[in-house]
Amino acid sequence: MTDIDQDSELISVTIDGQEVNVKSGEVLIDACEEVGVDIPRFCYHKRMSQVGMCRMCIVEVDTGRGPSLQPSCMMNVSEGMIVDTQSEAIKKVQDGVLEFLLLNHPLDCPVCDKGGECPLQDQTMAFGPGETRFVEEKRHFEKPIPINDNVFLDRERCILCDRCTRFADEVVGDPLIQFIDRGNSTQVNTFPEDPFASYFSGNIVQLCPVGALTAKPYRFKARPWDLEEIESTYPNPLGDRIVVQSSRDQVLRLQGLDSEAVNWGWLCDKDRFSFEAFQSEYRLDNPLVRGGGLNKANKLGTGLVAASWAGAMSIITESLDGVNPDRVAVIGGARLTNESQYAWAKLAKGFIGTDNVSADLGDELPPDILLGLPRATIADACQPNSTIVLLTSDLKEEYGTLYIRLRHAAKNLGVNIIDLSPVETALSSDAAVSLHPLPGEVGNVVEALVTGDIPREVGGISGEEISQAHHIIKDTNVVVFVSRSSMGQSVIPISEALTSLQQLDNCRFIPLVRRANTMGALDMGMAPGLLPGRNSLSSGSSAFSDIWPNLPSEPGANTKQILQKAANGEIDTLFLLGADPITDYPDKSIAKAALQKVNTVIAVDLFVTPSVYESDVALPAASFLEANGSHTNVEGRITPIRQKVTAPGTARPDWMIAAEISHRLGHDLGIDSPEDVWEEINSRSAVHEGLDYEQLAHDDNGHLITATGRIPFIPVTERVETRPIDSYAMRLIVGKRMFDQGIVTQMSPSLCSLAEQSQLRINQYDFNRLGIQEGTQVEVSSGGKSISISVKVDNRVPRSSALIYANLEGADPRELLSDDEHSIDIRIDPTVKGTA
Amino acid sequence: MSRLNEENLRLARQILSLYPKKKSAMIPLLHLSQEQNGMVTNEAMEHIAELVEVTPAEVLGTCSFYEMFKRHPVGEYQINICHGISCHLLGAEEVLEHAEESLGVREGEITKDGKFSFEGVECIAACTEAPCLQVNYRYINKVNLDAFNELITDLRNDQKAEIPKHGTLAKTRQKIPSEKLAGPSGVEDATPPEWLQRNKESQ
Amino acid sequence: MNFPLITTSRWDVEDGHTLEGYLRTGGYKGLRRALEMAPDQVHEEVKKASLLGRGGAGFPAGIKWGFLPPDVWPRYLVVNGDESEPGTYKDRILIERDPHQLIEGCVIACFALGLSQCFLYVRGEMAHGQERIASALNEAYKHGYVGKNILGTEFSVDVVLHWGAGAYIVGEETALIESLEGNRGMPRLKPPYFPASIGLYGKPTIVNNVETLSNIPWIIEHGGDAFAEIGAEKSTGTRIFAVSGHVKNPGVFEVEFGITTFRDLIMGEDYAGGIRDGNALKAFIPGGASAPWFFEEHLDTPLEKTIVDNEGSMLGSGAIVVMDETTDIVKACHNVVRFFSRESCGKCTPCREGTNWLEKILDRILNGHGRPEDIDLLLDVCDNISPGITWPPKQTTICPLGPSAVSPISSALQRYRSEFDAYIALNRATPVTVEGRTV
Ligand SMILES: Cc1cc2nc3c(=O)[nH]c(=O)nc-3n(C[C@H](O)[C@H](O)[C@H](O)COP(=O)(O)O)c2cc1C
Ligand code: SF4
Ligand code: FES
Repeated sequence: MTDIDQDSELISVTIDGQEVNVKSGEVLIDACEEVGVDIPRFCYHKRMSQVGMCRMCIVEVDTGRGPSLQPSCMMNVSEGMIVDTQSEAIKKVQDGVLEFLLLNHPLDCPVCDKGGECPLQDQTMAFGPGETRFVEEKRHFEKPIPINDNVFLDRERCILCDRCTRFADEVVGDPLIQFIDRGNSTQVNTFPEDPFASYFSGNIVQLCPVGALTAKPYRFKARPWDLEEIESTYPNPLGDRIVVQSSRDQVLRLQGLDSEAVNWGWLCDKDRFSFEAFQSEYRLDNPLVRGGGLNKANKLGTGLVAASWAGAMSIITESLDGVNPDRVAVIGGARLTNESQYAWAKLAKGFIGTDNVSADLGDELPPDILLGLPRATIADACQPNSTIVLLTSDLKEEYGTLYIRLRHAAKNLGVNIIDLSPVETALSSDAAVSLHPLPGEVGNVVEALVTGDIPREVGGISGEEISQAHHIIKDTNVVVFVSRSSMGQSVIPISEALTSLQQLDNCRFIPLVRRANTMGALDMGMAPGLLPGRNSLSSGSSAFSDIWPNLPSEPGANTKQILQKAANGEIDTLFLLGADPITDYPDKSIAKAALQKVNTVIAVDLFVTPSVYESDVALPAASFLEANGSHTNVEGRITPIRQKVTAPGTARPDWMIAAEISHRLGHDLGIDSPEDVWEEINSRSAVHEGLDYEQLAHDDNGHLITATGRIPFIPVTERVETRPIDSYAMRLIVGKRMFDQGIVTQMSPSLCSLAEQSQLRINQYDFNRLGIQEGTQVEVSSGGKSISISVKVDNRVPRSSALIYANLEGADPRELLSDDEHSIDIRIDPTVKGTA
Repeated sequence: MSRLNEENLRLARQILSLYPKKKSAMIPLLHLSQEQNGMVTNEAMEHIAELVEVTPAEVLGTCSFYEMFKRHPVGEYQINICHGISCHLLGAEEVLEHAEESLGVREGEITKDGKFSFEGVECIAACTEAPCLQVNYRYINKVNLDAFNELITDLRNDQKAEIPKHGTLAKTRQKIPSEKLAGPSGVEDATPPEWLQRNKESQ
Repeated sequence: MNFPLITTSRWDVEDGHTLEGYLRTGGYKGLRRALEMAPDQVHEEVKKASLLGRGGAGFPAGIKWGFLPPDVWPRYLVVNGDESEPGTYKDRILIERDPHQLIEGCVIACFALGLSQCFLYVRGEMAHGQERIASALNEAYKHGYVGKNILGTEFSVDVVLHWGAGAYIVGEETALIESLEGNRGMPRLKPPYFPASIGLYGKPTIVNNVETLSNIPWIIEHGGDAFAEIGAEKSTGTRIFAVSGHVKNPGVFEVEFGITTFRDLIMGEDYAGGIRDGNALKAFIPGGASAPWFFEEHLDTPLEKTIVDNEGSMLGSGAIVVMDETTDIVKACHNVVRFFSRESCGKCTPCREGTNWLEKILDRILNGHGRPEDIDLLLDVCDNISPGITWPPKQTTICPLGPSAVSPISSALQRYRSEFDAYIALNRATPVTVEGRTV
């Protein structure tokens, strides 16, 4: 693995007769690659440890004692080294290794998915001996066996390079596939009946240098030479870089792109296999309107029926005609590209004249936290010897590739992690200190940790443990990752914690958002009181007023207020931009009531979600595979999203829909392409200064916003009172799983069955205390509200806490939430019998 | 139930305590489990995975690397006939052929009565006693065909008390009284042993 | 015999394996002596003795010990008792008949190296050896020769008996360490060339062979100089050799290192007593299955490391296997190749695939399905595992196991090619395999 310092000194070596300068300490095989000498390899992968197994990369190296054969993946360059990668001896060795690898290989290239992009096949052409001298019987294994729901393993094709097994073990910590047996009988396999249940299993398919591992969503779909590809960005909060591959206008595969700054080539399965959803027959591909197709919004109509764009548009313009801008609102927009977000913000704020615009769905951190704290990059966090503070949920569940990066940093770079997640996470075992404050108490714990003024016990944690963390945090560079770790806890305790941390000298932050491009939405002004470029309505209106003529002067309503108003009949027209408040907003009943009450609900979406189902007009939008634009990740990194295929039916990019509505309202939005957006922003947004839109496509790491804006973090001055839990109660944590009822997961055939049932998870200790049985159905109540749910032992949950994952099939923990509480105490009534 | 029984679990805990890292106890625990059940079952591997805190797949990975661990049933007496070079030179193949004929099973199979199975194995470090074999890892030296027949008869009649059932490795185990244990230092404990420090001081 | 028996002196003592028998015959004197010295002085004596490692590579123990980085703890001693190289039979007897000598050697070594934990890795198949050494350790713990406060001093060290489970490759020291960590026994990448800097659990580790350590008590008791006086200049002390195969009196003998010749050992009345049935010698393996074979003309070569190295083979693990004129050389060659093929750990492509292929080709030749081009094929496959087929072997592999499969083939072909040709001349039809079926 090449964890070398990017700016290490240069040394001089001779490679194939040419004297070149390479970075000191670099692995020889990488150094050669950098100067354009490609050395064949199978086992080496620069993001994993070296195993030197395949022996394909052997070259001749002379370090002063005469030439010797050395695997170039195991050697570091040293001054004066003379390397020959082409000698007769090397050619013989490489021919030999290839011949060995092919002895037992089935040579079924014509029916193999990998055929055409197979290093083994390619190198056989390039180096191979041509004909086989092996007349004996080959090794036989049962043909492809499934090792989980989506990945198949063909052991006859396997060349035992250890890539998949190493990835599983060292990169993601899921050592569920192993080498089994020995010597010539070695095979890769799982333990019987124990599948490779990893959130990252698709990566091993990408890593496999032959066709031994194949993924169900791609198997037999295309031949590599039919594939066209384009580099793009997956719209998740990290902005994982991807390669989109398609054939005949159909996306067939997403691969991770190795960007140094972000995902290092990795992807989680949820993202990798999600492309299926966008081809689903349930995609919204034409406008729908409520009522009998009469192009009239009719709440009593029989449901949504197909309509023309013109018809749908006329309902929209009609609903906006003469309406008081205060009675118009926009919720959502985090799914959109930066460009579409700008277009919608401009339409709503600049032309319609409402500031009731909010990308948030009541489950994000507030804008002052997301924009107001000094920002760090992932690379900053992973600097050797720095300290990472996790005020987050389990990153493995929600931010897969970030989990991988931080795990690597903790394991290999000497980075100390202080894990303050409410439950034990996949990173806890690699953390220097892993504390799990009671929900609501994290502010108090962090205050003690920062100041060193440590009580005997706080937030369920002993002073000793806190003081250990205090010593780590002192005098190092600290990067804090913060998210809405649990919907069972309000934002206030988090703000408290941040207020303390902010006082440290060398502390920077990466706030994690829930939805794909929430960061971009804020930077484009999609929050009440905000304008593009991290300007407030007051600080930025002069820069925008010339092209945003109807800009309101007073800040509008946030999502909570919009829904409240709507439910009270104070909103006439509500736009939902890829937003599904019924599913996502913490208070489902008010979301429902709001949508019922509003005259015209206009949803712009990809699917008919529960909220779209309740709307009056549904407009089909293009997905990230079908439109150009850009994305802003949690670091503030802008990377391109590039169209690969045509949108279904008449679906179109979100910005185009905004432009069309604007046009129909008699205004020219001034946006005919994504580029136009940047022309407007560049001149008006200081934080976006220096962004070269053309250039974006050429740098794997994109453009990083480093300037801070004008939205300050609002420190908390008063502590919320800590509330002891009485011995019959437990404190509620509402977590998130990678696979849930989310629409994209549910629309992907390969993923939809991976979501589990809703369960209440508690510690064995509490289990015994309550005297219940695993799987029992219990009544859980809080403040007069209750749900019925089955229980499961989960020792990652601290004592006196209880974890329920949101948005799973079955009991919905949102029903226990209350707006006024900083934390939620629940009671468990075990007397209800029966099993789920 | 092929999880470790209570007594073996106690032994397992003792074994675990001797190593700075739990995973190191994997092979000793696999032996213990084989001793209990005559072979290593999946359930046993799952139990060991719990004890040494790895995944069952990791246990299988290690277990399957080593020849002594049998993941399928073997005879009550597993006869390992050495066919290493020294034994080969002195007639190992004949012994193997004879075993096949006289036991009526092929290598790796079990006789109908469940008593015997045999296989040819690599050098068992008794080369001067060739040809030789092991029954449940107990040596029988210089076996000619008659000696082999006699051995089988004795075993069939349970007349070889010194040979325990398959899986029993050592009838005597290392036992360290707790007051005599120097105690393994943690792998991350970077200080030199106390005795060394004091020895240096007194020099 | 004008040299003292150093390691085998108790082999004929009925109760030499018990503490009582051991003490009666002068046991634990070396340890007492060591405890009166400073650790560095003990190390110094071992250096003076020029004790070559007896596990195969023959690297001087004192120098190896010096590779431990200063001031890095914890550090470990690992005893290599995995003896599995075909023909090798000495460590098992040392363990069974004189376990206390080994324990004493370990404890002294731990003292010299300044460490507190030693793992004794004993080959799994040696049940009796396991029992003997376990009993001896139990006695030694009980009477304060191992454990806390050894012989009433501050010095404390644990010696933990660890069981192997059947895999030759685990004898390779880095594979041994992997195995001890609970992993598949696959050798680690070099560099580092010795686990002295990064070994068990990534910490400094010395791996020594059972016989190597069994010499230590004598060396400390009598002094390194006394040891160095025995034997040849660079091959000091005594050494144990097992002579097996077609000899009248196969056995395990302690001889003066570097002075005694192969002829003495194989033909001498005191030793193996000559070839059986008055037959002629065809070939012999001088140092375990990995070693290239020697023939008649090598008989007068002394058992001295550098001389044997220079003659193109090695003393390796002290295993001499004698083949007389009745030996079917192709079968013998096949036998040794099969061993390496079966024992390959599977990590390196050339070893995993190549040794297996070699075995299959030899199989085919033995079955009369050989083709004239198979001889060249054998050599070319050998060449791809060990480029140039030289000695010492070059390797395309991580450890020398793969290249070891080359020795029997190159040796046998070099001298007895006609026997291969004869098999090939049988010329039974070459089987053709289609989709896994022979047609
Ligand atoms: C394939 C292979 C097998 C080995 N087997 C053994 C063995 O069984 N016993 C042993 O002591 N050394 C064996 N060795 C040598 C060890 O790697 C190591 O050199 C030795 O244990 C060091 O001890 P020494 O210095 O005391 O000789 C083997 C080496 C290789 C490459
Ligand atoms: S040479 Fe063979 S035994 Fe040695 S590491 Fe490579 S594959 Fe394993
Ligand atoms: S790439 Fe170097 S050995 Fe495989």
